[in-house]
Amino acid sequence: MSGREGIIGKVRTALGAKAGDAARTRAVHERLLAAPQGVIPARGQLPHAKQVRLFCMMAEKVSASVQRVKKPDSVPRAVAAYLRAKNLPSAVRMGSDERLAAMPWHTMKSLEVKTGAADPEDEVGVSHALAGIAETGTVALYSGPRNPTTVNFLPEHHIVVVDAKDIAGDMETVLASLRQTFGKGKMPRTLNLITGPSRSADIEQTLLVGAHGPRALHLIVVDGG
Amino acid sequence: MQITSPAFKENARTALADPQLQKALVHVRSGFIDKRVKAMDALPEFDALRDSARAIKDHTLTHLDLYLERYEEKVREAGGVVHWAETADDARSVVLEICRAAGARTVTKGKSMITEEIGLNDFLEKEGVRPVETDLGEYIIQLRGEHPSHIIAPAVHVTRDQVEADFRREHDHLRPDRDLSEPEALLGEARRVLRAEYFSADVGITGANFLVAETGSSVIVTNEGNGDLTQILPRVHVVIASIEKVVPTLEDMSQILRLLARSATGQDMSVYTTVSTGPRRPDDPDGPEEYHVILLDNGRSSMLGTEFQDMLRCIRCGACMNHCPVYHAVGGHAYGWVYPGPMGAVLTPSLAGIDKSGHLPNASTFCGRCEAVCPMHIPLPKMMRHWREREFARGLNPATQRYGLRAWALFARHPRLYRLATSLALPALSFFTARRPRFRYLPLAGGWTRNRDLPAPPSRTFMQQWREREAEKQGAHA
Repeated sequence: MSGREGIIGKVRTALGAKAGDAARTRAVHERLLAAPQGVIPARGQLPHAKQVRLFCMMAEKVSASVQRVKKPDSVPRAVAAYLRAKNLPSAVRMGSDERLAAMPWHTMKSLEVKTGAADPEDEVGVSHALAGIAETGTVALYSGPRNPTTVNFLPEHHIVVVDAKDIAGDMETVLASLRQTFGKGKMPRTLNLITGPSRSADIEQTLLVGAHGPRALHLIVVDGG
Repeated sequence: MQITSPAFKENARTALADPQLQKALVHVRSGFIDKRVKAMDALPEFDALRDSARAIKDHTLTHLDLYLERYEEKVREAGGVVHWAETADDARSVVLEICRAAGARTVTKGKSMITEEIGLNDFLEKEGVRPVETDLGEYIIQLRGEHPSHIIAPAVHVTRDQVEADFRREHDHLRPDRDLSEPEALLGEARRVLRAEYFSADVGITGANFLVAETGSSVIVTNEGNGDLTQILPRVHVVIASIEKVVPTLEDMSQILRLLARSATGQDMSVYTTVSTGPRRPDDPDGPEEYHVILLDNGRSSMLGTEFQDMLRCIRCGACMNHCPVYHAVGGHAYGWVYPGPMGAVLTPSLAGIDKSGHLPNASTFCGRCEAVCPMHIPLPKMMRHWREREFARGLNPATQRYGLRAWALFARHPRLYRLATSLALPALSFFTARRPRFRYLPLAGGWTRNRDLPAPPSRTFMQQWREREAEKQGAHA
């Protein structure tokens, strides 16, 4: 642990600070406790219906496709329609998320639903988002026993279901709700904030959609979720 | 990595005469600038966010010891391990230990400038561990045996024809008739090759854009998704980050995120912002079983409390180099170390020594665009001036320059002498240029006149002209 003392010691000396300085400790403690929000752009501060519309618009701007359905029960049909429209095999990979599990997948007779972490062969992954962020068209997903992270990255097509009521104007609202779920100072192993399908501009600054992550991001917004 | 900054002048000359490089650099001048302006104009709060972000970093830096301690505590609570590395050497040893313990033969890597700074790839190869870069740009330059020439667009100096040639040389499974003329085809080929690597790697190494003290999280911001595959598929995830990456809370991260992508690529948000906290949890179906963070100092603590402290606010967006006329002309490699452009001209002397990198803070026209576009309000030109002062104080610049500066200082401190000298010199100079108002050659100014003429000065000094104008104004009022 010599590296630790060395670095902390050098930092303190450079700052002219003493270990155990009560005023500095209090300043840090209070800052962490208060977690002030700073500047929140006006863009997302709208009535909820408009936030949902802004979310859809911003997501489309970053090359995601967006579909709105009336209730959770309509999601399997929407997924099957997406697969047909894209000429994809009738199979999806998903975690065992309660909200997804409650949907009537069995009514889609020919649709194969595989649960668990993704395999390299999976072409389509389906996830349920914790929330949407209207300001940037971002979806927030987190990992857990029922929500594998590989589903978000390995398949070529990523379908994300988001409840309209979970769409917020800004990222801070989503962070606050995470804190409520997990407790102050605690986080899930992985929080993914996803804004559009993967892309690269590393060759001559030419923007290409579809890099190492999914080539397509399809969002299904459930209005009566 | 080997530093070639002492040879900046030769490097720059070579770069200016390199037609491939000049062709590639056009993309820097055209791409980044317009996109940034568009994104910024669409967010009226952009300037308020810059002030907010500066305040966050200033507060964090003046309490850095406490936030680092808090960060470590939270990482440990989440089941991760924090390693403290004072030097690049320490950091490399920790990485190797982790790789040995994991029995790693292959490691995949997300894009990380800090691993460039510690020369990790060469080191691992020597130790028998194969590093595989997974960011498309990094992958290309790894095939070419090069280093990044830009901190967010590492292969910006390479043209697509060169990439095609590299792939054909290195990927021996490619059939000669396979069409790779379009960037899409090149990306597809890289994706296919790297997919296999993610699964064969035992350790995945990423950098971090932020460390969050409140939660003990590391945050990466990427567009390709390679960073995420690098950190969720191998059994061990190693994060290497320098100490100034820490911010107090998730809200602070959010403030700075609003500036980062807009300043870098003109996106509102990068595609993937990933907040990682500890290893996989019990019952999690995927994710790494081990999570290590290496906190690297490597000279940063000695910047605290000095005139270079503000540099530690840097979030590595690359806006300064995207707007720098010197970078536009010579590209990143000429700077001779990891960090090019204006931020590199300040950081390289701090981390690698002014004795080796004195040319860099001098390679500036002081046009001020870097400071104007910096989302963190870093006074880059001012800090380059500070380096020039230190260079002078330590007697590192050449004798002619030192005598010249001394002579200038003498005149600048004695206004009467200055006025006398200029009022004698100007008529003399204009005598020689009566027929053609420019010099083709002037003693002591060969550096200028070798490539262009020096315009002749007017026959009267600025002060003389000013006095006359004031007198005329007085006359008009009377």
